[in-house]
Amino acid sequence: MRRQLRIALRTGIVTEPPPGRSDVERLGARLAGEIQRRFGRSLAIRQVDAGSCNGCELEIAGLTGPHYDLERFGLSFVASPRHADCLLVTGPVTRNMAEALRRTWEATPDPKLVIAVGDCGRDGGIFRGSYAVVGGADAVVPVDAVVPGCPPSPAAILAALLDVIGRRR
Amino acid sequence: MAAAGALAAAAIGLVALVLGLGGVAGSAWTVVVDWLVPLGGLELTLDPLAGLFLVLVGGVALPASFYAAGSAERSARGALAYPVFVASMCVVPLAANTMTFVIAWELMSLASYFLVLHEPEERASVRAAWVYAVMTHAGLACLLAGMLLMGAWTGSLRFADWRAAAPGLGAGARGVVFVLLAAGFAGKAGVIPLHVWLPLAHPAAPSHVSALMSGVMIKLGVYGLLRAGLDWLGAGPAWWGVAVLLAGTVSSVIGVLYALVDNDLKKLLAFSSIENVGIILIGVGAGMLYHGAGLEGLALLALAAALYHTLNHATFKALLFLGAGAVVHATGTRNMEAMGGLIKRMPWTAACFLVGSAAIAALPPLNGFVSEWLTFVALLQNTRIAQPMLNLVFALGVAGLALTSGLAMACFVKAFGITFLALPRGDAAARAHEAPPAMRAAMVALAVVCVALGLGATLVVPALVTVAGALTGDRAPVAVGDWLTLGVSGGFATLSTLAIAVALGAALALPLIALRLAGAARGQRRYETWGCGRMLQTPRMECTATAFADPFRRVFGFFYRPEKRLDITFHPGARYFVQRIEYANPTRSIFDDWLYRPALDALRSVAHRARAIQSGSANVYLAYIFAALLLLLALA
Amino acid sequence: MIATLLIALGQVLVAGAGAPLLVGVVRTLKARLAGRRGPSPWQPYADLRKLLGKKPVVSTTTSWVFRATPYVLVATMLVTALVVPILVARPALGFAGNIILLMYLFMLGTFFLALAGLDSGSAFGGMGSSREVVVAALAEPTIILAVFAVALRAETINLGGVVERLAREPLLAANPAHLLAFVAFFIVMLAETGRLPVDNPATHLELTMIHEAMVLEYSGRYLALVEWASAMRLFVFMTLLANLFFPWGVTSLPEPLPILLGLLALAGKLAVLAAALAVLETVVAKLRLFRVPELLAGSFALALLSVTAVFLVP
Repeated sequence: MRRQLRIALRTGIVTEPPPGRSDVERLGARLAGEIQRRFGRSLAIRQVDAGSCNGCELEIAGLTGPHYDLERFGLSFVASPRHADCLLVTGPVTRNMAEALRRTWEATPDPKLVIAVGDCGRDGGIFRGSYAVVGGADAVVPVDAVVPGCPPSPAAILAALLDVIGRRR
Repeated sequence: MAAAGALAAAAIGLVALVLGLGGVAGSAWTVVVDWLVPLGGLELTLDPLAGLFLVLVGGVALPASFYAAGSAERSARGALAYPVFVASMCVVPLAANTMTFVIAWELMSLASYFLVLHEPEERASVRAAWVYAVMTHAGLACLLAGMLLMGAWTGSLRFADWRAAAPGLGAGARGVVFVLLAAGFAGKAGVIPLHVWLPLAHPAAPSHVSALMSGVMIKLGVYGLLRAGLDWLGAGPAWWGVAVLLAGTVSSVIGVLYALVDNDLKKLLAFSSIENVGIILIGVGAGMLYHGAGLEGLALLALAAALYHTLNHATFKALLFLGAGAVVHATGTRNMEAMGGLIKRMPWTAACFLVGSAAIAALPPLNGFVSEWLTFVALLQNTRIAQPMLNLVFALGVAGLALTSGLAMACFVKAFGITFLALPRGDAAARAHEAPPAMRAAMVALAVVCVALGLGATLVVPALVTVAGALTGDRAPVAVGDWLTLGVSGGFATLSTLAIAVALGAALALPLIALRLAGAARGQRRYETWGCGRMLQTPRMECTATAFADPFRRVFGFFYRPEKRLDITFHPGARYFVQRIEYANPTRSIFDDWLYRPALDALRSVAHRARAIQSGSANVYLAYIFAALLLLLALA
Repeated sequence: MIATLLIALGQVLVAGAGAPLLVGVVRTLKARLAGRRGPSPWQPYADLRKLLGKKPVVSTTTSWVFRATPYVLVATMLVTALVVPILVARPALGFAGNIILLMYLFMLGTFFLALAGLDSGSAFGGMGSSREVVVAALAEPTIILAVFAVALRAETINLGGVVERLAREPLLAANPAHLLAFVAFFIVMLAETGRLPVDNPATHLELTMIHEAMVLEYSGRYLALVEWASAMRLFVFMTLLANLFFPWGVTSLPEPLPILLGLLALAGKLAVLAAALAVLETVVAKLRLFRVPELLAGSFALALLSVTAVFLVP
């Protein structure tokens, strides 16, 4: 117990400064002002794995660690889509996960955002055209933004999230 | 025919209610009819305590009879037994001599025996009635022994004469009489370990009868204990009070532990009755101890708490049994695992059952909370008795009462939640219909009384303190606050259920207004329950009653001694696939295993040995007669 | 009369508005101890504000009990804010109750929340309800005995009376019983408010949830009310710990300057308790569910010891 506290106090804060502008692709004609007004200070994110290879999940998991720390911007991950404002969809939507993704989207209260992460989320990525894949996330749910990359780094994902909600760094 | 019986009972109940209220208010009268009953005649006396129990009988008999008139559970055999049952329960508190008391008591037991046996084709029903008959007559034997001994030693069979002669008897004699009477009354009240008949008899009887049995009949056992411990034998030594308090503590904890793991709705309610009788006895025991120590103010407080809980339990247990009866009538089963979703099909029953559950879980500002609060406050002042052993007993009582109330809350979350909420777990529950108007009216009336007894605590407690004072013989007034606040023992504790209720009401409205003002999003969208994206939701995915009670089964495993049984039927083709899983986790009753079965086995083996006397030979019988004649001649 | 009403309003405001800040401070401290910058202490306010703007999704299996529960939770917490000595020793409803009333008001909230968990018809909700009522039931005897120990010294169980008596005679608290009762009550606070090591408020694994599992179905304004009630529960428990066991600073006079000083004293005590809670949650791991009864039994033993210590040490 004491050792843990000693290490914690000695190491201090290791959070890096926030990332610069992102290359997020915005789809859909949502009013940026409204999103910023609603979610600018607090956004609850539910991550949905729609058949991903888990590469994007590993990068997203890094966001909760001390170096990227998305909580300092009011972003947080939640367990239930009922608590969520934003669905972070990874993976090409496989046939088996299409219905589950749709139900998750229906279970999320309005107003909500959907952000597709990775090239798979955009259009199927390297799995595009496969018999097991329906397409990108926009084949099942309306997508508001796409974060390109395979996989995108945590800094890129964080920058994209901040740009989508219009949060100043 | 059955409706006539119900109406007769309702009329008797109404008369009892009026007379009882008069008795509590102070009117006292005596009726003597010498020729009606042998060995002393019929003698009835009304005093405040008798009046209170008459109020109890009448107050529960009225809604129960309305319920009976409107229900389909009645059969021809109950038509006569039911009014006799109610009438005999009215006579018991009024009885002023032994024969009146015993005859009324026995009539009460016989009438309820026939009511319990209203389905003679069912084996379980027959067994329940049999166990009930045996236990109640064993209790009667103890009562008769005690009363006749007392009659022999004081020379009279009238209770008033016992009151006068008690100080003259030796402590040993009084102790023996107390033990016998207490055993008999405790058996009727359902105190552990004499409780085995309760969980069998109460579920087997029709619901209005269960309401009366649980709400009133077992309280007559408490009435007897009050009379035996405080009135007929005078103030007793400390061990009487300690025995009652410890019996109450043990009863309450064990009762609620058994209620938690039961899936039969009415059996759960029966065990919960055992728990609440335990709470009442904690108050009675504390009262007896304070009375013995000369702390009259605290004694009156503890006894008032016990009497209040008696009233409250009668109200909310009757309400719960009537609600359970409506549910059983609508779904055709008592098994909670087959129920669910009834709140949407039976909204009135559900709302009344919720009020009853909240009351029995002692949630403010309802009546159960006030009586438990009073019991706590009475127990917490035990340091005024400067005897460490007694302080320890009181501390045990406090801890036991706190544990009981927490477990009771859990038990009724299970009872209400599994029965009424979420989705129906079977076809019967899916097709359930609301109870007919007469049943609904009875339940609503009892729910209103629950709320009134809670909010009107400041009016009820002084009346009960007066009743307790009449019992202990102490006429000194005990100040209990004003119309708004109950204040006890000179600033030790205060309570105002009215203020709390008003505050809760205002605080309920506050968020509604605040949300409206803050411009929160209005309305809602309906969608299925979140299930991690699975394709469908069936009732089999809901929490079952067994699963809900499982943490308790584990935590209190040393007490339940569960025997887990798991039967897995694999697919004949491949062991990786499962066709059927059957899981059962029944708990064993340690009383059956360690007390009753050995006792019955011993009885059986003794009886077996005694058969040797019946040899069947006439010569041996003649020899017996000759030997008996010689013995009698020698003794004479 | 006016002063009483104003003080009552003040207590409700302090509890209602201060509770999210308390939760935020604990969260920020925990993040700093983990080497992260962490959210701002004011973050819970932003969360609540955002939730109010969302249109709730309500499950088709639920009934009116589910929708009424958030209001019942908030109502019970607001009433406790009027009974607990936050600003003054004897607040507006202080006459109406004492610690036993508080215990049962908390049980009222737990009762309805457990029913709401069952109402959703999901396995998670039922599991959360069953675990929550086990913990609540086993914590009851400890609360009552810990309070008994304190009440024995002060000769009343009325909260205002205890506070005033201890503030007048500080030496009554110089007793091992007091410390033991405090530790027992602290452990019970962890259990009743769903903090580590009993329950992890930040977990995402449903199988490890107790309190969170019951609120998985809530959204929008209902979730905002439930979260707010939960924050107020932590606030009230911590205020009880601060003002009941260390009542110096709590005034009996309804005058602005003593009340302001009392508020500052309370803020200081809550800051210390929040720091202690943050450190505890950082170094301690969550207990397995069936080890929690052992923890609660341990706290019961401490409470029983504190009661006997009152008798042994005059």
